[in-house]
Amino acid sequence: MREMSPAVTAGRSLLDKVWDLHKVGTLPSGQDQLFIGLHLIHEVTSPQAFQALADRGLKVLYPGRTFATVDHIVPTNDRRRPFADTQAEAMMQAIERNTKEHGIQFFGLGSPEQGIVHIIGPELGLTQPGMTIACGDSHTSTHGALGSLAFGIGTSQIRDILATQTLALTRPRVRRIEVSGTLASGVSSKDLIIRIIADLGVNGGIGFAYEYAGSAIHGLPMEARLTLCNMSIEAGARAGYVNPDETTFAYLKGKKFAPQGADFDKALVFWKGIASDPDARYDDVFRLDGASVEPMVAWGINPGQAVGVSGRLPRVADARPEEKETLRKAYEHTGFEENRPLKGLPVDVAFVGSCTNGRISDLREAARVVKGRKVSPRVTALAVPGSRSVARQAEAEGLAEIFRAAGFQWRDAGCSMCLAMNPDKLVERQVCASTSNRNFIGRQGSPRGRTLLMSPAMVAAAACAGEVVDVRQGAV
Amino acid sequence: MSSQSTRVKVTGRGIPLPGDDIDTDRIIPARYLREITFETLGRYAFQDERFDESGKPKPHPLNDPRYKGGSVLVVGRNFGCGSSREHAPQSLMRMGIAAFIGESFAEIFSGNCTALGLPAARVSHEDGRAIAGLVEADPAAVITVDLDAQSISVSGRRFAFTMPDADRRSLLTGEWDSTAVLLARRDAISAAAARIPYVHGWNA
Repeated sequence: MREMSPAVTAGRSLLDKVWDLHKVGTLPSGQDQLFIGLHLIHEVTSPQAFQALADRGLKVLYPGRTFATVDHIVPTNDRRRPFADTQAEAMMQAIERNTKEHGIQFFGLGSPEQGIVHIIGPELGLTQPGMTIACGDSHTSTHGALGSLAFGIGTSQIRDILATQTLALTRPRVRRIEVSGTLASGVSSKDLIIRIIADLGVNGGIGFAYEYAGSAIHGLPMEARLTLCNMSIEAGARAGYVNPDETTFAYLKGKKFAPQGADFDKALVFWKGIASDPDARYDDVFRLDGASVEPMVAWGINPGQAVGVSGRLPRVADARPEEKETLRKAYEHTGFEENRPLKGLPVDVAFVGSCTNGRISDLREAARVVKGRKVSPRVTALAVPGSRSVARQAEAEGLAEIFRAAGFQWRDAGCSMCLAMNPDKLVERQVCASTSNRNFIGRQGSPRGRTLLMSPAMVAAAACAGEVVDVRQGAV
Repeated sequence: MSSQSTRVKVTGRGIPLPGDDIDTDRIIPARYLREITFETLGRYAFQDERFDESGKPKPHPLNDPRYKGGSVLVVGRNFGCGSSREHAPQSLMRMGIAAFIGESFAEIFSGNCTALGLPAARVSHEDGRAIAGLVEADPAAVITVDLDAQSISVSGRRFAFTMPDADRRSLLTGEWDSTAVLLARRDAISAAAARIPYVHGWNA
């Protein structure tokens, strides 16, 4: 029997419901085989999977359930073909060829819908509540913001999905992250997720999916939820999600690939039914008071090495024993002084963009701070929209002009300096105030470069001041 | 390379690689991901940690002649965190690594390892230190990772290890290359697709 919504059983989480709905069966290994409703691919991790498919004489089983874009290697200042980087050009040609050959819809360089895979999925309404989603990119957890179960995967698993539309997966446990109250003014969901990672640790989420809940979470607009879920992987969690609510449904209405008309109403019934039951059982619960969160800066070599903007960098001697080694490595790499105040750390580069904070609301936040001000002469500042749609919107609203007038470079859509696979890179020892998601050693393109992760407003304030400042204070 | 062979015992000399939270950007920097095959990746594993910007070797276990030819990498906690890039275990495999021993592994990384037939064995913090110490004391010692017995032996000592059951069973049965296993259930896949509302269509 086909049913519009799964049977309602008391005490099930969204993860339980989505998992059971998509379960194809149990494999000899003990893992479950899960049907993947939406598969997203990009140019970097997919060519080897298509090659593996060809080597085995296999076809794409459900080409209509895979969508492709290009983001990682795309230059943001000169997109003319062929690219100056011959490897990037070869990569681009491979995805153009593979999507054409297998009949996969492709939002390529010339498409008005091209952009970072985790920006365009929600933006186009491809991402919907109750779906299983996978992409060869760890930040696939982003899509959980709409109440889907979304997994980052490796290339062998991309091959599995192309060939079978399924994955072999182990059911994660669920930790409910309950954030009460509301976030204070000047504090964003970026600050909240960095705080959660700092509290629970970069490996604290291993074996778990994180369900974000509570009034502070459901009070967030959709784009802020996307930022939150985006960094679940930095907490070590396999996935992160927010139960769908009226904010989710309003966001989806009218989106290109969302159900239209009467179908939307039918979908609503399914979406509402897929949310966690009020009496759902959790494997763990972590509670946090939303009002206690302040603007955060991840200063070290992983996103968990973070402190509130009013704080000081930690002393190695005070750290928990299991954290000392990575902390020592962080000081060795950054050269920062232990126990120094965070405020006043000099900044050379400011980057606003990425799948974490490259949406229109992020650009609005940053533009609000830089409006009428100038980027410090010591700072190189980049504003990189997450998609072509975001770029058009920002241009129409006058945000691009605000950025340019302040001294930011206004670029075209792509991953850019988040991982520096394109020409946007730090050089030597530069310190970058960045809205991206990882401050790993070498992440932004210079093996000796340093990254400070923060919210768009905080990056904008740092760009103008030339150093880390508290966006809530002073002329902002 | 046989794609469906079993992994019961992996033997080889060890390479101790200290440090916790070693992320996949450190294992393989993003600039080496601009290739459409995995074939050449073995050259670039830990590139920025092994060589300075002029290409001069830095002190690193993978540059240390004592550990040359080693195939069992002994690591710390949360190894392979960060980016899902399969390029990370691919680069290590292609430079000759056949197994990992560590306190814990990031989930996507360990899943990628299983998909390549590389066991990632978890040991306690103390045992991890002890194994690294034994390798440092005698780099020629052969480590055996026995998946059937779930034990690691080196220099006359034995250590228990853990690994998710599914990974261990896949490696033992040779079904770690999952595509064939998944594809064998074509009918069940179609049946699942038929009951998922957004897949079969809202009017169905």
